[in-house]
Amino acid sequence: MGCGTSSATKDKKSEKALKAALVIQNWYRGYSARLKTRQRYALTIFQSIEYADEQGQLQLSNFFSFMLENYTNVPEKEPGLVTRLFGSSIQDKDRQDYLGLIEIPDSYCGPRLQFPLTFTDIDLLIEAFKQQQILHAYYVLEVLFETKKVLQQMPNFTHTNTSPSKEITICGDLHGKLDDLFLIFYKNGLPSVTNPYVFNGDFVDRGKNSMEILMILFVSFLVYPNDLHLNRGNHEDFMMNMRYGFTKEILHKYKLHGKKILQILEEVYTWLPIGTIIDNEVLVIHGGISESTDLNLLHRIERNKMRSVLMPPIPMDGDRAEKKNKLGTATVALGIRTSGSFSEQLTKQEWEQVIDILWSDPRGKRGCYPNTNRGGGCYFGPDITSKILNKYQLKMLVRSHECKPEGYEICHDGKVITVFSASNYYEEGSNRGAYIRMSSGTTPRFFQYQITKATCFRPLYQRVNAIESSAIRMLKERMISRKTDLIRAFQLQDRNKSGKLSMGQWAFSMENVLGLNLPWRSLSSHLVTTDKDGNIDYMSGFQDVHIQKPVKEVQSLIETVYRYRSDLQIIFNIIDSDHSGLISMEEFRSMWKLFKSHYSVHIDDSQFDELAERMDLNKDGSIDFNEFLKAFYVVHKFDQLNKSDTKLI
Amino acid sequence: MADDRDRDSTEVAVAEFHKKIKEAFEVFDHESNNTVDVREVGTIIRSLGCCPSEGELHDLIAEVEEEEPTGYIRFEKFLPVMTEVLLERRYRPIPEDILLRAFEVLDPAKQGFLSKDELIKYMTEEGEPFSQEEMEEMLSAAIDPESNSIHYKDYITMMVIDEN
Repeated sequence: MGCGTSSATKDKKSEKALKAALVIQNWYRGYSARLKTRQRYALTIFQSIEYADEQGQLQLSNFFSFMLENYTNVPEKEPGLVTRLFGSSIQDKDRQDYLGLIEIPDSYCGPRLQFPLTFTDIDLLIEAFKQQQILHAYYVLEVLFETKKVLQQMPNFTHTNTSPSKEITICGDLHGKLDDLFLIFYKNGLPSVTNPYVFNGDFVDRGKNSMEILMILFVSFLVYPNDLHLNRGNHEDFMMNMRYGFTKEILHKYKLHGKKILQILEEVYTWLPIGTIIDNEVLVIHGGISESTDLNLLHRIERNKMRSVLMPPIPMDGDRAEKKNKLGTATVALGIRTSGSFSEQLTKQEWEQVIDILWSDPRGKRGCYPNTNRGGGCYFGPDITSKILNKYQLKMLVRSHECKPEGYEICHDGKVITVFSASNYYEEGSNRGAYIRMSSGTTPRFFQYQITKATCFRPLYQRVNAIESSAIRMLKERMISRKTDLIRAFQLQDRNKSGKLSMGQWAFSMENVLGLNLPWRSLSSHLVTTDKDGNIDYMSGFQDVHIQKPVKEVQSLIETVYRYRSDLQIIFNIIDSDHSGLISMEEFRSMWKLFKSHYSVHIDDSQFDELAERMDLNKDGSIDFNEFLKAFYVVHKFDQLNKSDTKLI
Repeated sequence: MADDRDRDSTEVAVAEFHKKIKEAFEVFDHESNNTVDVREVGTIIRSLGCCPSEGELHDLIAEVEEEEPTGYIRFEKFLPVMTEVLLERRYRPIPEDILLRAFEVLDPAKQGFLSKDELIKYMTEEGEPFSQEEMEEMLSAAIDPESNSIHYKDYITMMVIDEN
């Protein structure tokens, strides 16, 4: 009897414990799922904004073409401008012309390379860069000249073979994240004759050590030219570098010789091979393919004529010849570009073939569609992959170009692998990096990693909080840069002038005006306030952010400059041919006029003039455009508060 | 009259649910072909505010899977099932106080905390056991490294703040 009751109590107890455990597990799984979803949303925001930015490339490219066609409107003294913008690449300068003038001071305590390079130089560089030393411009230039010389001997596609005892490692985008490269070499070993590598483009831009990565890769290439293979990515492009940070990094680290480095680098890029073919089975290229991809053509073209995605071949027609004859000095300016430069360009078809390779993305939908997100290349479906792989008797396509949360992704029925090697690309905690090891006849193996700065691993919810706030900040900056257009769109739907819209109406306007395909309903709680009926107070989205104004000016001008600041950055950099950071008021004004008419921006000239005058702080007729652009930044009202909040937890 | 209004408001509600479900689905639709990996369906359903148990989730997946499971769930099958779930307000989340009481049941001595080993034992042996990954994840946020214990009241408060 005693036993019976105690076992009954035990049962009751364990039943309670079971129920309690179920409650906790259920709650935890729900919480964990929502956390993962928030992480996904943050990544989606980062990615959408990144691609929308790239779409801006197309607009900029059109702008340059537009400028060229309208040079007649540019004042007579401006043909120099056009020349600088579209001038042909520097004549093959003598190496001595560059190196002869540079002296390495005795005080230089950075790494010193010995030519011909050996593996000790690779070690030397790695050790030096770990201690944040900077390689002297003299060595940088030597490496670049040598690299160009060796690359010129190489065909458009590198053909290489593996064996069971000699696997090859394929790495994706690094984007200047040196720590990731160090980690890869640590885990996978340095490149050598028995440890070959393919680096699949996008070595530079965004991260802050693009130069160091490039130097390590180029030096390794010079030591092991048959075992370290480099493919060109869409960021191995001097114009992309102007927008995405590498140009700035070079000019900052190499104040004296940066310009020379940029000039040689521009050429080195054009000599990078388009792709690598492994065991005649695996095609490794940076972006992807299109339905018209013609590998035979791509093997034949003169790849070094592909200077930049923003410089498509100019159509040569009778019209242009007319213009040429009419204008005096302008003839010369245009002449540099057009006459005799037929041979300096690829044909339109060839150019598009290369763009497809560098910019395309795989998608699940069958067929081939223009890649509207990026403004270049296309989206290709599984049927396109099969068609092209079969056509050239290949088995697999390995590409990079897109950030993936796990560092890699397999799609199109196992035929396409994306590998991305920059961990924490958008933000700390945003994604893992990965690399692939493969050899003929075996299944590829994937290795993942993630750099973490914290000495102890932060719990997931803190990491998610961090990337979520970062993503929301970016999104709010987008919103503020389109504030006028957004308000107009909202007000159009707000018949009663109540200041409120339904969720559906708000989401519709946001998507339309911003051009970002995001889960607006789920994000709304971070962006606006909602009342108890579920209606959105649309002005609340602009409350805690504003663009810091350098001077009291009309809102829409501020917005416009802020919105186009990346494009303006590129344009300024091009005008500023001596890389001094300064341009003249004249140049600034005429550039703005052209910009305005092409981008259909409705700003009163006088307002702009006034702004420009104020920015000429020295009153010497020149504008420091970096200062100009820096003056337009977004202030988040609750920044201070946010910082202290996290400390509490 | 009243019926029409009811019908209208239901239609509006359904339309909004459809959009919400589509949004949540698309975020996991990596190849943009209206399918998601079946292993992510649980996450999607939970992200929409529902809290099914593992068993209930299993049943839901069976409803949305193909006749011959492919490992992928199509949006066309997912949408109507999920809409019903939302309309019927099934699998409501657990209120904070119930959660607190559950922890208290496991802490009969009312010490205000559970030891790491105790929590691990309950979570990995009772109910619908955690995988090792889930256990580690929960511990990383919940555990107080100095005492090696989980002060559940503080933990719950922290999680609730984080969600809001």
